[in-house]
Amino acid sequence: MAQARDDAPTPGWLGVVPGAALLLLFLIPFGIMLAVSVAGREPGGFYQWGFDLAGYRRVMSAFVGGILLTSVAIAAGAALIAVALALPFTVLLAGLSRRAQTAILVALLSVLSLSEVIVGFSVSTLLSRTAGVGNLLAWLGLTAEPQSYTPSLFALMTGLTYLSFPYAVLVLYPPVARLDPELGQASRTMGASPLRTFAGVTVPLLRAPILGALILVFVFALGSYLLPQVLGRPEHWTLSVHITDQAIYQSNLPLAAAMAAVLLLATLALVGLALLVARDKGAPA
Amino acid sequence: MTARLGRLYVAVILLLLALPLLVVAGISLNGGQTLRFPPQDPSLRWYAELFRAADWTGPLRNSLVIATVAALIAVAVALPLALHVWGRGGWLSRALYTLGVAPFMLPPVITALGFLVFWVALGMYGRMGATILSHGIFLVTLPLVTISLGLRAIDPALLEAARTMGATRGQVLRTVVLPLALPYVVSGYAFAFVLSLNEYIIAYMVAGFTVETLPIKIFNSLRYGYTPIMGVVAVLFVALAAAVYGAIGVFGNLPRLLGADRVGDR
Amino acid sequence: MQANMTSNDLSLHGVTKRFGATAAVDDVTLQIPGGRFICLLGPSGCGKTTLLRLLAGLEAPTAGRILVGGADQTHVPTHRRDFGMVFQSLALFPHLSVGENVAYPLRIRGATRAQRRARAEELLDLVRLPGLTDRRIHQLSGGQRQRVAIARGLAIDPKLFLLDEPLSALDANLREHMQIELRQIQSRLGVTTLVVTHDQKEALTMADIVIVMDRGRVQQMGAPMEVYRDPANAFVAGFIGTSNLLPARLLDAATLEVSGHRLALDPADRVKAPPGPVTLSVRPEDVRLDPEGLPARVTFVRDLGESVQIVLDHQGHEIIALFSPRERPQVNLGDAVGLAFAPGGRVVLP
Repeated sequence: MAQARDDAPTPGWLGVVPGAALLLLFLIPFGIMLAVSVAGREPGGFYQWGFDLAGYRRVMSAFVGGILLTSVAIAAGAALIAVALALPFTVLLAGLSRRAQTAILVALLSVLSLSEVIVGFSVSTLLSRTAGVGNLLAWLGLTAEPQSYTPSLFALMTGLTYLSFPYAVLVLYPPVARLDPELGQASRTMGASPLRTFAGVTVPLLRAPILGALILVFVFALGSYLLPQVLGRPEHWTLSVHITDQAIYQSNLPLAAAMAAVLLLATLALVGLALLVARDKGAPA
Repeated sequence: MTARLGRLYVAVILLLLALPLLVVAGISLNGGQTLRFPPQDPSLRWYAELFRAADWTGPLRNSLVIATVAALIAVAVALPLALHVWGRGGWLSRALYTLGVAPFMLPPVITALGFLVFWVALGMYGRMGATILSHGIFLVTLPLVTISLGLRAIDPALLEAARTMGATRGQVLRTVVLPLALPYVVSGYAFAFVLSLNEYIIAYMVAGFTVETLPIKIFNSLRYGYTPIMGVVAVLFVALAAAVYGAIGVFGNLPRLLGADRVGDR
Repeated sequence: MQANMTSNDLSLHGVTKRFGATAAVDDVTLQIPGGRFICLLGPSGCGKTTLLRLLAGLEAPTAGRILVGGADQTHVPTHRRDFGMVFQSLALFPHLSVGENVAYPLRIRGATRAQRRARAEELLDLVRLPGLTDRRIHQLSGGQRQRVAIARGLAIDPKLFLLDEPLSALDANLREHMQIELRQIQSRLGVTTLVVTHDQKEALTMADIVIVMDRGRVQQMGAPMEVYRDPANAFVAGFIGTSNLLPARLLDAATLEVSGHRLALDPADRVKAPPGPVTLSVRPEDVRLDPEGLPARVTFVRDLGESVQIVLDHQGHEIIALFSPRERPQVNLGDAVGLAFAPGGRVVLP
């Protein structure tokens, strides 16, 4: 060939700008964070460079172990509830007209993009003594006088479920919407009730996406940092809250960075697992 | 019968999702400094207050400036990246794409801490520029995903047709690819804008004590007691998000944007 | 029109395109005079679309040279070839109006808005879509879109007008109509036109020259009736129109043996093979019923109104005979009949 041809629709240098931006503003911060996780602590300031595994030693302690266990239990619970509620919702949603789907998706996206601060504030208001449920129960005569349901584990789980539910629906939506509706219809023509069709056809077909969604929603819930502070008691504080606490209030950046590194590893492993699950069984045979 | 049960389920869930927001909307109408529901001597007083009280207008302006510019940065990084991945492929662009999606997949605390140490190292800790750049990178994922979706929907024959009609690569990009991707660029900007407005932890860690945004202001105020003005912010945020996503839903194909292939174009 | 004929001769020298180990286009050499309407015909996967894309510069040949009007185009990038092309999917720009689509090549070449509009209107008149300049693409019917794509391909008076299965998306009636119209437009403009199609009727309707391809190679090139009457080999005979193919043995230049029966060949018959095992090709309209002929059995009778098709079985070979309704022989399913071939309708192929 006389000359090398470059038939790609975009010039090669186009990737340089975003590549440099992500490298500079995302990878390097992560690198610095990992470096800080082994840096020395400087009382009153941020940190001083060095090599000190004190942060990681504390991460391995029973204290952080307990926090990790709490975080996992709370996030797993929220993920289970959210996905269990979201699955039938998503299947029903995908069966609606495009107009109805769009309207409901707008509502879900609006809730999903709400700041955790606002969700926390809203749920705590709803569960408070003077507005919402407390009032309602008293008015119905179920409780002698209005009482507050927050902060409590119940309030925290309510908030986390509220936060995770739209996310779970949106994660489940693509596989559910792509499901061949004729499979369900075939089951119906063979005499199965809608509920049996759901349990016997839809759910088994979606096993891999459901598992993937569980993991992704779990990671999402694990990242919650404000709800445990607003709706829960200190014993419900998750790793995310403690990282913020160490970084900002205890001024122990090395420990915060070490905890973040552990959380990062756990998350990467889980996301990788979710992708693996989705790829292995994602395509229906 | 079962179909009706299904609709009931959807309706109940939607009602539950709306409930806290309805209550918050209710308390935002309280005339006094109380958080009662139903509101007592209802008035729109706190709505005016948000735009008047100095301690709220500052955060309001900060939030708007940060979201406007950060979403622009996110699009400026995402657009060439999406074009590169779409046009060239290969392991390098796949790696870049993963890098672009990563900030959003990780627990935000990790990203926030990364930014915190980065800006401390650079001496920009506490500046609004740090918040804007951090948000810009954090939110790259959204325009990246929407624009990639739009580019994948372009029929490759259109590009070849433009080439046969004499267009150079640059002209093809300018006259065919970019106009066709524009709606997805706008959606991506809108998503990033709304999320930046609502973002708390990164803004807080990077410059929380000096550059107060509305979410930070609300959280700080939570400690000193609730006022109806928080309800006002919540209502405005929900309304803004609904308006933005509603516009995307009306002018675009929201179900397809969110990954449903089967829902047709019109 | 005369001017175009000499300046836009198309010649290909040993053009080859390999994808990995397979050659999609295999050593194609062609000389095509300018100003003609050429149909590139073949089954799917025969390499005809690849050949068209090589001409357009959308693929680079592995070997060989492509010349238009004597100028080497082999390594000229697509956008500098000044060709027009109509894609199978039409590839109309959904974000541009009809007029903007048609004038796109002029916009790229820096024409003013007024020039573009004037030219677009002129071209839309040519394809009989006057007054649609400001419509959106999605407001048009399939046939209208087709015409817009043709107008756009002709916008710059291309040296070569390439069309890839341009009519395949249209329904049968409209397709026949467009074939005639496309041919008329080409005659008027005299532009060298190359259409890829798998539809032999379409090729016979439109073309000055038919090029039949199979497995990456040119099997035959010639005028439509020449290719129909005088196929170069069994593939062409079977692909263009319907042909009955029978194994036979050529004894000498004038004698053929078919399943034990000797047939004397006529000087008008075409013998394209040396003595030995050969294939006898006969068109359905050249099949006769003759009690003296080869033994056969009627397996199906198809009354098509304008014609009658009789399907026969001769020793396990299916033979199709075609008659006009007036000449319809009185036969029934299962009848034993004799089979003969009209002199001059027999082609002996290797």
